[in-house]
Amino acid sequence: MAGQQRVYKARIKSTQSLKKMFRAQELIAASRIGRARGRVTMATPYSRAITRAVSAVATHSDVSHPFLVERDDTKRVAVLLIASDRGMAGAYSASVIRETERLVQQLEESGKEVSLFVSGRRAVAYYTFRQRELAGRWTGSSDAPTPEVADEIADALLAAFRAPADEGGVGEVHVVFTQFVNMVTQRPRVIRMLPLEVVEGVEPAGEHDALPLYEFEPSPEEVLDALLPRYVRTRIYANLLQAAASELAARQRAMHTATENAEDLIRTYTRLANQARQGEITQEISEIVSGADALASS
Amino acid sequence: MAQLEVDVVAADGKVWSGAARLVSAPAADGDIGILAGHTPILSVLRPGAVRVVPAGGGAPLSWHVDGGFLSVDSDQVTVVVDAVSGSGGTAPTGH
Repeated sequence: MAGQQRVYKARIKSTQSLKKMFRAQELIAASRIGRARGRVTMATPYSRAITRAVSAVATHSDVSHPFLVERDDTKRVAVLLIASDRGMAGAYSASVIRETERLVQQLEESGKEVSLFVSGRRAVAYYTFRQRELAGRWTGSSDAPTPEVADEIADALLAAFRAPADEGGVGEVHVVFTQFVNMVTQRPRVIRMLPLEVVEGVEPAGEHDALPLYEFEPSPEEVLDALLPRYVRTRIYANLLQAAASELAARQRAMHTATENAEDLIRTYTRLANQARQGEITQEISEIVSGADALASS
Repeated sequence: MAQLEVDVVAADGKVWSGAARLVSAPAADGDIGILAGHTPILSVLRPGAVRVVPAGGGAPLSWHVDGGFLSVDSDQVTVVVDAVSGSGGTAPTGH
């Protein structure tokens, strides 16, 4: 009987230390999420400026650019998956990986070959465990992405898109990431990054508004050439930031639930331990009483 | 007198924003100076110094940029820079 009490005590203790860890993770995620959302806000002016400029070029001149047209010389497509470096975020990585798997299957069914670019240690581990080939991998900064990492990823993807077909060039680039809707909802999303479709930003001019006639320096082609890689970079950076905010929100919620579950467990075990102690006392009393009875009757 | 509304933005945040009298930047074909009423322009920037003279006569500000682009549209100037250094220090005199 005393053994049982000890078992419960040990369980309570280990659950308590787990709870402390969950709580700490929750607080860390909560404090970082503010910063992550701040970073999203900080990046907004830049991406807005780029988007406006790109749409201005696209609407005011009829230049074409390799990034804007479909490639039909290759069947390869690139998929960029943005997941997290660490677990303890509930279904965050699992659901974005599942979304990627669905997309890959869809693409393969329509006769495409997929090369995977993966960001985040969890997703890298998932694919290396299954011995799937990865065309590119980035780890180490999933909850606080920097523009430099975004540049690296964008450079790799753009290089793949520019490469000729026989050197592994890809015809499309898709990105799977988790969109941060709010603290409670984060949605895995698939977007096609390349070829680009630029429509947002500039409102269609009314009939009477004269469109501003931009001068392009040195030339519309070169301006577009300089703008589009930056545009892709900003989009990828924005996606990384969204994913980071989602990861932290998911972690905060998962850890909050885990803390509550740990509290529930502790409560259950405390009750069981109390019961065991009570049972032990009752048993001891009845032993003493029956011992005394036996002595008295002899 | 008309003023320019200037935004200087980098990838990770706004560098400077406010009203200005003059903006000068290293455009692709040579340095460009922008005053109010400039024709709409979109230009690629070379590495060099972007200078802003604030409206209301403050000390001129200057940043060194590695590249980027500049757009002007009805007195709205947006300077988008890749990397910026020299955090808005006073421009050296004699420009």
